[in-house]
Amino acid sequence: MKTKKLWVVAALVLFSVGCKSKPKDENEIRIGEFGSMTGTEATFGISTHHGIELVIDEVNAKGGVNGKKLKLISLDDQGKSEEAQLAVQRMITQDKVHVILGEVASSRSLAAAPVAQRYKIPMISPSSTNPKVTEVGDYIFRVCFTDPFQGKIIAKFSAEDLKAKTAALLIDTKSDYSVGLAEFFKKTFGELGGKVIIEQNYVGGDIDFKGQLTAIKSKKPDIIVVPGYYTEAGLILKQARELGLNMPVLGGDGWDSPKLFEIAGKSANGSYISNHYSSEDKDPRVQAFVSSFKARFKEIPDGLAVMGYDAALVLVDALKRAKSLSGPDLKDAIAQTKNFPAVTGLITIDKDRNAAKPAVMLKIEDNNWKFATRVNP
Amino acid sequence: MAEFFQHLINGISLGSIYALIAIGYSMVYGILQLINFAHGEVVMLGAVTGFFVAPLFGRPVHPSLGLFLSVLLISMVVCSIVGLLIERIAYRPLRKSPRINCLITAIGVSLFIQYFTQLDFIFGAIPQSYPELIERQIVFSIGGLEISNLQILVLGLSFSLMGILEFIVFRTKMGKAMRAVSESPEIASLLGIPVNRVIAFTFVLGSCLAAAAGTLVATMYPKVDALMGALLGLKAFVAAVLGGIGSISGAVLGGLLMGLAEEYTVGYLSSSFRDAIAFTILILILLVRPSGLLGTSRIEKV
Repeated sequence: MKTKKLWVVAALVLFSVGCKSKPKDENEIRIGEFGSMTGTEATFGISTHHGIELVIDEVNAKGGVNGKKLKLISLDDQGKSEEAQLAVQRMITQDKVHVILGEVASSRSLAAAPVAQRYKIPMISPSSTNPKVTEVGDYIFRVCFTDPFQGKIIAKFSAEDLKAKTAALLIDTKSDYSVGLAEFFKKTFGELGGKVIIEQNYVGGDIDFKGQLTAIKSKKPDIIVVPGYYTEAGLILKQARELGLNMPVLGGDGWDSPKLFEIAGKSANGSYISNHYSSEDKDPRVQAFVSSFKARFKEIPDGLAVMGYDAALVLVDALKRAKSLSGPDLKDAIAQTKNFPAVTGLITIDKDRNAAKPAVMLKIEDNNWKFATRVNP
Repeated sequence: MAEFFQHLINGISLGSIYALIAIGYSMVYGILQLINFAHGEVVMLGAVTGFFVAPLFGRPVHPSLGLFLSVLLISMVVCSIVGLLIERIAYRPLRKSPRINCLITAIGVSLFIQYFTQLDFIFGAIPQSYPELIERQIVFSIGGLEISNLQILVLGLSFSLMGILEFIVFRTKMGKAMRAVSESPEIASLLGIPVNRVIAFTFVLGSCLAAAAGTLVATMYPKVDALMGALLGLKAFVAAVLGGIGSISGAVLGGLLMGLAEEYTVGYLSSSFRDAIAFTILILILLVRPSGLLGTSRIEKV
């Protein structure tokens, strides 16, 4: 009995050693992806994953890049920063990925980016908008606009289109994204002659916002800005309307999820968000993407799906141009991306590894996103 | 002024939900001297049950009071069964073990339910939106003060359930047996009281209230996820300790105090202090009254 057990242990040890030393297939390009497939921001991870999958399958159907097939390795970080860090560590050291795509939330990109930087593996974030993300190092890129820009266009839209003079801010203090967006909104709104008259906080995961909203109500602002994520934003919208607050509520791309409508119901109508694209855009590239996405996943792609798609497109383009699959060569290829025609517009990676590109404002009507206006950088 | 009363109403409706949950902690503690950490998870299961059951009455869900009450009743039945199972499987075998073993088991049960519910074939880890059982309407709107039918429902239901509980504990034979067991299980059993059955009954009562709390929370804040019971449970536990654990009226008082304290902190101090303030109050009160506001200190007999 005892010897039998010993054999099992020995076999297991040998097996695990065998796994580690087994050389990786040289005829494939391994792309690591980490995202929140579960947790409170699950639709972010899933949408992004669908976008990326679509590109990988399209490319592989045409024979891959330079004769090599693309292999996608996806890990779930459950929406937790510490898991994101572990996932990236694992993809680099065990799965030996050549390049990494992820994350949506800035907090998690910020947690994972230093790992990628340390191992000199390029990482492209599809939709982390906090400026600090790409400041981590020269291996970290993004294909979306940044919070200063997003905060600026929300402020501009509020002041110029909605003619708002006073605003209330409701900030998720645990999220880098929310705090950053609020800061840049406040700055631009002030420059345009507006004033933030009350600032309230919450923590992601809270469900009761009536206290904050009642305090906001007493100040009678023209608009409320909630730079947070959709689960809380949905509950906030619902409770705001219940307390008789009927002014427009504005948010960023963090609201972009069908779950927002499920939670908020009719209360969501009349609110605005800034986003990466509108599925109603008549641009042929947008329409081609929307129809192939719809055919595959039976739903209209949200902003995060399109950013996942674009991030993967930019990556594939860089892979074609790269001298080799080594980290430094790939990094140089991504950095040289110029006027690349992606779905959300022409993408140029600037010297700070950010993408300069336009944004749109969407209005919620009958639980649908309606195109309101396009704002150029 | 309207703002002050709006905070009052918000605070009472939040507080009465805390109170419902706190009663469950308090009752079990009163009888077993055990902190049932899995109680918050029973609240969550109450909400999860409603999420699955409501569409069975017809899709799309048509909000009505009848639907709400049916869903509530089914959630109560399901949670009672869960409560009974927890008691039978996890706590009864440990009845004679040291108290620390029971405490660790309670934490284990709590984590087990949290993560079991997160499995894909049960509920999953993704938060879902709770079906609208009652259409919310503003019933009162005086001078900027808004009171919704849901807030009235929460208040009405919580207080009638607490009334029923009060009746059971102080006016029925079973209630008398519960009080006897909480005084001394040994003597109660010598006098012919079926101690195990009384304890099981206590768990059923507590779970029913938890189910009601879960249904109310999900109706007010239509988001259900597997971890929603953790913070609610923790706050309700603080409320129970604040009011004097083991005392039902203490739990109600503690719950209301917690709700109001949170609400007024957010309204007049800063929303960042929301959770900090609850625990600060707890520490302050325990410094002055170690057994809680309405608790009676028991002298440990040697």
